Amino acid sequence: MQAMSEPALPEAAASTAAAPRRRVRLSLRVLAPYLFISPFFVLFCVFGLFPLLFSIYLSFHRWEPAAGLAAMNWVGLENYVYTVLNDDWFHKSLYNTGWMAIVSGVPQHLVALPLAYFLHVGFGRWRNTVVGIYFLPFITSSVAIALVFSTLFSRDYGVINATLAALAQVPGLGWFMPAQHIDWGQPQYTKWMISFVVFWRYVGWNAVLYLSAMQTIPKDLFEAATMDGARPRQQFFHVVLPLLRPMIFFAVTLTIIGNLQLFEEPFILTSGTGGIDQAGKTAAMHMYSTAFVDGDFGTASAIAWLLFMLIAATTWLNNRLLGQREDKA
Amino acid sequence: MSAGGLTLRPSGRARASGATTARMAAYALVFAGAIIMLAPFYFMFVFATHSDREILSLPPPVWFGANFGSNLELLLERLPHWWENLGWSLYIALGTTAANLLLCSMAGYAFALHEFKYKKQLFVFVMATMLLPNFVAMIPTALTMSWLGWMNQPRALIVPAACGALGIFMMRQYIASAIPRDLLDAARIDGCGEFGIYFRIVLPLIGPALGTLGLVTFIASWNNFMGPLIVMRDMEMYTVPLALRALQGTGQTPWGAICAGSSIAVLPLLVIFVLASRRLIEGLTAGAVKS
Repeated sequence: MQAMSEPALPEAAASTAAAPRRRVRLSLRVLAPYLFISPFFVLFCVFGLFPLLFSIYLSFHRWEPAAGLAAMNWVGLENYVYTVLNDDWFHKSLYNTGWMAIVSGVPQHLVALPLAYFLHVGFGRWRNTVVGIYFLPFITSSVAIALVFSTLFSRDYGVINATLAALAQVPGLGWFMPAQHIDWGQPQYTKWMISFVVFWRYVGWNAVLYLSAMQTIPKDLFEAATMDGARPRQQFFHVVLPLLRPMIFFAVTLTIIGNLQLFEEPFILTSGTGGIDQAGKTAAMHMYSTAFVDGDFGTASAIAWLLFMLIAATTWLNNRLLGQREDKA
Repeated sequence: MSAGGLTLRPSGRARASGATTARMAAYALVFAGAIIMLAPFYFMFVFATHSDREILSLPPPVWFGANFGSNLELLLERLPHWWENLGWSLYIALGTTAANLLLCSMAGYAFALHEFKYKKQLFVFVMATMLLPNFVAMIPTALTMSWLGWMNQPRALIVPAACGALGIFMMRQYIASAIPRDLLDAARIDGCGEFGIYFRIVLPLIGPALGTLGLVTFIASWNNFMGPLIVMRDMEMYTVPLALRALQGTGQTPWGAICAGSSIAVLPLLVIFVLASRRLIEGLTAGAVKS
């Protein structure tokens, strides 16, 4: 790459007139930034934009990939109509996705906020270690972790059932605990299992987001609040939470986008099948199996765009609910 | 950093005892939570050293056993290409990382220190691509790769991920704060070309940011599952997550072997994390905090 710029100087120096020399240097200076940023745009056009556009095109066709590109039949909105009206598994997977998005998503933030606050005001030199422990699940392979969890969740000999059974012996706590070992593979438990793993994986990430936002709050504010007699809990509700509003909005947006396209955790925890009665099958999994198991790429593309629209709508709604007020203030 | 520790100490004595109780309860909860966070990793390593019969007994083993070797044998029996799979994971992760370090720092440098037409719009566009959910591109990407003849090729995973938007953002932030424009002007007056400036002046000055971006990219590529799932069809070309998944489903699930394989897959990440957790967390949250 260096060769591209270096020859410009000697060549220009060799030429007699000063004007062309300046023009060569100038044009290189003008062009250079575009050259620097061009790899991103080239790659995005080939591997980002083209697939997206092709996917829209595909969603209006019926197509057997084995028969080649010529075998595409334009069907208009049929794939969309079928998916929205008649695809029972799509409905079920959408319900599952929403269920798990809420059950795994809401507690993430309800736990992460006070956790981050407590990490912020306490712990001193242990803070980084504790933060690291909570953050660790976020950077580990979701496949490895889901496989380990499917071991821990096994019915008769699983660590989690054994722990619950042990906790059931504790007075006071036992009331909340199941008397029998839970068969986590049964439809009524599958979503709880997946939601727990998702919660476990992302709660630390959210806590870290909130903690880093809290660390940007000027200390004077805390000091002033303390002088005024505000207790830690009051400071949390009246100082920290209002100031954290933008970050809460941002983190909730990430959770919505991430949870609605949930794929890897349910895929591994249900061995790729969606579980008994499809109880753990998410919309993204349904799209995957429609394309790569049933070979119906047209319908699968329609599912992808329907899910995309749902994510966009939910994000927009979240923006209206959480994001707006900040602009007015 | 230690903002509240002192400032939050309440003044009154009665209040102090109540606050202390609440504080102790909070410490206990955070501690219990930390155990829940770590327990799966602990059991993964413990189970990796036990036979399936030992794992499937009551109570489950809670301390290390002596069967790691036989679990590894079982793993290699089920996954004859395991070491190749590990090699491909490493190759793809390192390739992706090298490409990102070069291309993201170039783009970040241009966005940070150059003035050019449509710079703002182009940068907003780069950032907006981060919002595109990757499942939408899953199907057409699989088709694109098969048309290109890239199925079962590592480049199908390296090239599309060679210049990530997050990397460009991280680099722009760092370069804008670390390198003064005057330095570049001085170099230009001395006759240094634009690419020369990038290689001789910018690159040597952004070591820390390159380190962080390298770690983040390596980990993302190492853990990637959806990408290889649609382009790596032959078992000898599987990456580690795909290989581990292949242990599921067929007949008796080999729990010990799964935990042994998972341990091998997670160990490099744990080492990286212990050595560089601070930098990693800062790198991953950089975008969120500064924007």
